[in-house]
Amino acid sequence: MKKIISGNEAIALSFEDSGGVFASGYPGTPSTETLEEVARLGNVYCEWAPNEKVGLESAIGASLAGGRALATMKHVGVNVAADALMTLTYTGVNAGLILMAADDPGMHSSQNEQDSRNYAKFAKIPMLDPADSQEAYDYVRAGFEISERFDTPVMLRTTTRISHAKGVVEQKGKVAAKVGELAKDVPKYVMLPNFGKIKHVAVEERLLKLQAFAEESPLNRVEMNDPELGIITSGISYQHAKEAFPQASFLKLGLVHPLPEQKIRDFASKVGRLMVVEEMDAIFEEQIRAMGIRVDIGKDRISLCGEVCADIVREAAGAPATSAKTTPAGDLPLRPPTFCPGCAHRGLYSILSKLKVFVSGDIGCYTLGALPPLSAMHTCICMGASISAAHGIAKVNEIAGRTEKPVAVIGDSTFFHSGITGLLSMSYNAGNALVIIMDNRTTGMTGGQENPGSGRHIQGNPAKEVDMVSLVKVLGIENVFEINSYDLKETEAAIRRGLETPGPYVLVDKNPCVLRYRVKKPLVQVSAEKCTGCRACLKASCVALGLKGSGEKPKVSIDPNICNGCGVCSQHCKFDAMTVASGGSHESI
Amino acid sequence: MKAFNIVIAGVGGQGVLMASKVLAESALASSMDVKQNEVHGMAQRGGSVISFVRIGAKVHSPVVLPGTADILISFEPLEALRYLHYLKPGGKLVYNKACINPSTVAAGLATYPGDVAQRITAACPDARAIDALQVAKEAGNAKAVNMVMVGSVMKGLPIDSEVVEGVVREISRGKGEDVNMAALRGGAATA
Repeated sequence: MKKIISGNEAIALSFEDSGGVFASGYPGTPSTETLEEVARLGNVYCEWAPNEKVGLESAIGASLAGGRALATMKHVGVNVAADALMTLTYTGVNAGLILMAADDPGMHSSQNEQDSRNYAKFAKIPMLDPADSQEAYDYVRAGFEISERFDTPVMLRTTTRISHAKGVVEQKGKVAAKVGELAKDVPKYVMLPNFGKIKHVAVEERLLKLQAFAEESPLNRVEMNDPELGIITSGISYQHAKEAFPQASFLKLGLVHPLPEQKIRDFASKVGRLMVVEEMDAIFEEQIRAMGIRVDIGKDRISLCGEVCADIVREAAGAPATSAKTTPAGDLPLRPPTFCPGCAHRGLYSILSKLKVFVSGDIGCYTLGALPPLSAMHTCICMGASISAAHGIAKVNEIAGRTEKPVAVIGDSTFFHSGITGLLSMSYNAGNALVIIMDNRTTGMTGGQENPGSGRHIQGNPAKEVDMVSLVKVLGIENVFEINSYDLKETEAAIRRGLETPGPYVLVDKNPCVLRYRVKKPLVQVSAEKCTGCRACLKASCVALGLKGSGEKPKVSIDPNICNGCGVCSQHCKFDAMTVASGGSHESI
Repeated sequence: MKAFNIVIAGVGGQGVLMASKVLAESALASSMDVKQNEVHGMAQRGGSVISFVRIGAKVHSPVVLPGTADILISFEPLEALRYLHYLKPGGKLVYNKACINPSTVAAGLATYPGDVAQRITAACPDARAIDALQVAKEAGNAKAVNMVMVGSVMKGLPIDSEVVEGVVREISRGKGEDVNMAALRGGAATA
């Protein structure tokens, strides 16, 4: 039966159909739905790991124990897992192991635009690059076969337009899940230097075998049409190029590392102009040029930044763009993503903004606090960096004789991911920052996934729930207090105390994510008589608020379809014009 | 056959993705190739959302290029104006009249333009504005705006309306089937 599913769903389905036994990962757009779909399908064991390194390491263990394993993550997650990956490439696998890395060209929801194909070259392992949902499905099967045949981990790379685009998929026959023997082979799996040296030689030999395989494999296919223009491409770029030049000849690469040199030579010799179409880095082009082959159109005509589309391919090849020359309407108010109505982060940021402190931020919903009007975050580097960066800032402030104490803001999932080691360092090294853990009991930005603090596993069954305050204490932090950021006055006082008290100081706000836990409270209402139109409440930066009427001082109105009754706006009102009914509820979804 | 391109715009939380799913499933049920694509991830609640559905004998890229959409469906007036450049010359536009303030407006940093409807009409004289919120409420749930919008374009699709109705019934079985069907038909009645 044919179905329309996303690339992520196709990978999950194929993992199950290909005899997968164990899957782990950490949520990260655009990879997240893969593991969620494995959980939803419900036939293969899967779990969220606290970070990508742990996810991959657990998958390695699963492979050693004889089960086909999958680790999922986004491109920046591979950086976290890279330590394990670089040695996994030496040990090889027992049962098949796939590392799915989801890239985000165009940075729809990422802090950088790195090209994971570099990792396949770096780790000297095969990489598959599917071009649609069907190929995403097929390549998981192929990936396990390659992994076991060549004793290697296999990277399965997607991009946002593969992971999140939906296409038609037809399932293939199922491979029964089976668990082989637990591998006990010290020279293969214990990477002491002497064993490692032997394995490095094996890695290089393996790469040569994979090169030979790449020449023969149908994963790399030639579509000979009009030979005037020949295009070498892979993944989503293939679709854009095919859209642009359906009559051109293609060398469509499915196995993108190592490259099939002879196949490329043959193809190049048969076409008039050779074009290489790839998103982000010039990985193919550099290798093809290094083979001594002339590339007529490549990265000199296609940007290293952002996504490719059919028109970029057309124009690069000197053909006119087919889309009409239209321009977006100018001067429209932007509609950026923002904190949900009722979100606990809103109150916290309105206070930090007011106090004008330096805020070292992290990856998660609360990163949106950097945007106006809150504008209360001053750095965000990578997951877990908030606390360690604040620590460095505080140390240099001290060296420079500045008294300012920086604030680090981090979420619960992010804290478990890699904030915990930063706090450990701050405790150990006698740091001086205020750390606020916004513990909303979920991994919010990726859609509300479970984590070690949420009390549930990926499939919703009960789990051991980490007590955040106790955990922080165990790391050696004496000053750790709970706050309720819906209460602006109390929260401001707690923050001020934290800023005045020397040494590491941690505040934990344990208010649940309103979206994940469906928090719904009675609405806030505005008295038209009492509202003076001073706009103080707009500092709450809530989309339920708006200005009604014209004139110099239009009054504030609240959209009852949007308001979630958190009452943060009313605490900004000096005229008692906003009233909140008591009560409310939340449920877990 | 060239691909038939649909662009759906709206605000995070309005059900743009469900509407896209209905159209994509309807295409598959009509034995056509289909690709659907949207970008989500960054806490899209309240953010501007755009989704593409491409239908045809064979569809390659999941991306609709500016100036090539056969239909633009917008769940909110400002978003219609924001993505109007996706519409091809002579393409059809249907939008929901009910406005939702962007966070920038709610924060007092920007104002919601008072001439959105006029600017839409100036660029696309055939644009059709409907009160989808009202139709959805009459169908039984304000959240069924997405089904109203799907209904409003049903007759202009290369898909039989009965197929779309069948997909909506299937998808919403046990989860507000009656409301969704009423919303779909209410939307169709606006055409």
